[in-house]
Order: sequence, then C-alpha cells, then structure tokens
Amino acid sequence: MYSEKVMDHFRNPRNMGEMENPDGVGKVGNPMCGDIMELYIRVENDVITDAKFMTFGCGAAIATSSMVTELVKGKSLEEALKISNATVAEALDGLPPVKMHCSVLAEDALKAAVEDYRSKNK
Amino acid sequence: MKRIYLDHNATTPLNSEVADEVCRCLREDFGNPQTLYSYGKDARKLVHDSREMVASLIGAKREEIIFTSGGTESDNMAVRGIAYGNVNKGRHIISSSIEHHAVLESCRALEKDGFEVTYLPVDENGVVRLDELQKAIRPDTVLISIMHANNETGTIQPISEIGGIAREKGVLFHTDTVQTFGKVRINVDEMNIDLLSASAHKLHGPKGIGALYIRKGVRLKNLIFGGHQERKMRPGTHNVPGIVGLGKAAEIAARDMEGEGNKVLRLRERLWGGIKAGIPHIRLNGHPTQRLSNTLNVSFEFVEGESLILSLDDQGICVASGSACTSDSLEPSHVLTAMGLSPEVAHGSLRFSLGRDNTEEEIDYVIETLPKVVERMRSMSPLYREFLKRQKEINVGAGR
Repeated sequence: MYSEKVMDHFRNPRNMGEMENPDGVGKVGNPMCGDIMELYIRVENDVITDAKFMTFGCGAAIATSSMVTELVKGKSLEEALKISNATVAEALDGLPPVKMHCSVLAEDALKAAVEDYRSKNK
Repeated sequence: MKRIYLDHNATTPLNSEVADEVCRCLREDFGNPQTLYSYGKDARKLVHDSREMVASLIGAKREEIIFTSGGTESDNMAVRGIAYGNVNKGRHIISSSIEHHAVLESCRALEKDGFEVTYLPVDENGVVRLDELQKAIRPDTVLISIMHANNETGTIQPISEIGGIAREKGVLFHTDTVQTFGKVRINVDEMNIDLLSASAHKLHGPKGIGALYIRKGVRLKNLIFGGHQERKMRPGTHNVPGIVGLGKAAEIAARDMEGEGNKVLRLRERLWGGIKAGIPHIRLNGHPTQRLSNTLNVSFEFVEGESLILSLDDQGICVASGSACTSDSLEPSHVLTAMGLSPEVAHGSLRFSLGRDNTEEEIDYVIETLPKVVERMRSMSPLYREFLKRQKEINVGAGR
C-alpha cells in the first residue's frame, strides 16, 4: 500500500532526532489519531540551514516527517512556507488516501516551526 | 527471507487434508445438490455429511445448520434476521461494545431503522459485565448478541452464564464463535445458545464459507430471496467445495482440538515470557487466563502499531495491530478503548495469534527481533523522550 519511497524514508528516516537549542519548533498532532510530530529548525539569515524531527506515528507519519525535513533544508522561510502537503506527498511518490492527513501534519508542523521562529525573533 | 506467520486470528493457511478434499470436489463433484440424478445425489451426500460434521462439533442437530458465505453473513443473518422477524415482540437488542464489526454494523443499521440497541460495557480485561446485562434486559428485548471470544484480545466471554440469563428472561441469544469454533469446546444446549456464527477460514478451511446454527423453532426473516436451498432461508446454489472444506476442517478440529490448544498455549507463554523479559513499558491486553490459547495482545508504550508491523514485516514477521490505523479508519481499536486504554496506548498494540504450524524456533526469533524493532521506533518517539525526561527529573528529585 505504500510506495517504495515511503518505505525507504520509513526504513532510513533522514534527520531523525532532537535538535539542541533549535531556532523554531513545531509540535502538531494528537494521540487520538495516533500521530504526534515535532519538527525543529535552525535558521540563519532567514534561511533554514538544518531541520530535524521526532515522530510518534504510523509509517506514513514517519516518512512525511523525514521528507519535509529534506525539503526545507537550504530554503528561505518564504520558500519553505510554500511547501504544501501535496508537495510532501508527491515527493514520496504519493500516499494512500487514508494517509493524506500525515502529509497535512507535516505541512502544519513546518508552518508551526516557522511561526515559532518568527514569534521569537520579532 | 523466511516468513513467520503470527496472524491466525485474521486467517489461517489451508490444511493439506482439507485442500485435497476441496480439490477433489472441484474436479469431480460438480453436481448441483438440488438435482435428482446421480451427480446431484453425490453432491447432496457431501453437503449432508459436512452439515453433520459441523453440527456435531457444537452439539447441534444437522437440520439446525445453515451454510453461508462466512462469519459476516452469518452475523448479519442472525442479528438482522431475528430483529426483523420479531418486531411484533419488540425492537430492542443487546450487544456489547467489543463485538466484531459484522455484528456492530448490523446493529447500527438496525438503529437507523428504528430499533434500539444497548451496547454493554466491558471490564478492564474485556469481559462483558453480567450485572449490566441483567439491567439492560427489557420486555421488548428480542435478542442478545455477544461474541464467544474477541478477535483482538482473545478474551473469552462467560457464554454459558449469558445464555442462562437469556433463557431465564425468554430472550434469544446469538453468539459469534468465529474465533472459537473448533478451538474451544462448544455445546449449544449446555450453553443455551439459540444462534451461532462460524467460519471455515479461521480453522484452516477455505475462505468464503461459513455456517449459522439456528435452534429448532427459532424464526428469523431471511435477508435474501431465491430458491429452496437451506430451507429457503439462504437461497442460492450450494458452494459445495466450500461446504466440503468446512466439513473437513471441522472434522480435523474435533480430532486435534485439545492437543493443538496445548501446543499453541505453550508457544504463546514462551512468547509472552520473552517479550516481558526483553522489553520495558508494555501491557498485556485481555484476560490473563480466560483467553484463547493462541492470542497475545500487547501494548508497547510510546510507539504506534502500524510502524511496528511494517518494521517486523521487514524482518519476515507477520503480525496484526490492534490499531485500526492499518485499515480505513484512524480511530484506535474500539475493543481496547472499551477496556479503558488511552488512545495512544491502544494505538501501540500488536496482536500475535499463533497457529498449529508455528515452532519454538520461530517464537525465539520473534523474541530476539522484537526488542530491537521497538527500541528503534521509540528512539523516534517524542512521547518516549518526554517520558525519559520525566523519569530523570523524578530520579534527580529523589536523589536530593
């Protein structure tokens, strides 16, 4: 039911782990639906220089977390905010319909992390 | 890679003796049992013998057995058939919060059609509360439908007591025995069962065939209409190869039930012992003793079931999750939450269901592999990190 790319990111998640003193943190999801995602970003001159994640969730939740950290690295905050759930899902060669919410979670986590950074750096 | 199958509550591999009989029937006995000439007579004999075998496994009479397409159809036929067949008596049904969807959704469909359904709660072991059952029975109650053993946890319900209460109050009693038929001794008379659902493929038989026991004298409305087969209650040309497969599977179950039950129980206890010793922060779901001998449902805190299943599959181990995240629903298991588990703990559950062909070597491989898989998923989990931080704070506090 999952693409090879999803399984690859599930088996070998990129950028997994906690970040020391991140510049922005996005925490989304709830235990009821079985997904909790935390995204950490490092920002220099409005560019995301590093991103990491920790996730409690299904295979798709872990793969979308991993993929979104890959997609944002090196992007300006403006560019990063243009990454949608569809971008994440497409980069993984698609997700089963019932798992699309995981890509929404990844988008939400990213937006929350950027917002967190901006609120701290007004 | 070698594959280890530990999902026998989902389905079982076909027994080779059963396969031989089914194939022989497919090749040679193509006759329609409803016809009068020799081909029909041969097929009729096969259906007759299978019916006898199924009936004898539950202490019933041959004419009380109806062949269906499986557990789901049997459940639909029993619940909806009794409801619609007894509207002159009442429109109230009692079931439980942990039933299989075949019963639950039948009940929900009835609710939309003006029936009332009481879903009995269960205790922390997943056992239906008998005091609640007593309280729920009303003058207009027409049916009590409670499963024999739950498919997710294996917890066995006090069927005889429930049957006794139903009989005393004059209410019909249906039980879904899809997980126990051929594994646990059943006697419809001793247990006061009026209707019983069974399926072949959980018993090393073929898929697409099941049975419904209907006690003599119990009236129900049929759901489909057609010819005269199965006393007109379940019309349609008989699935003779399937019926032969069910009969043979029942015959083998009657012969091997006890020895097999003891064997899988030993293996299951070995598995549970190994898991307990190797992995912290886990929880056994289901009754500690009143449970199917092949079933082990465990919650692994701080991780989610589907990701465990995928990781174990990479290691050749096939298990199920109590988490419905694997299906089309995102809700945690209705069975585990009914037992009082929090959604995140319910999401982190795995169901191991063993079978006759599993070996000690296989179980030992699972015991060796599982801790690594759980540890890897926990290393990604923010819930686990939070837990470790809290533990550290507690330890520091205690050290002062």
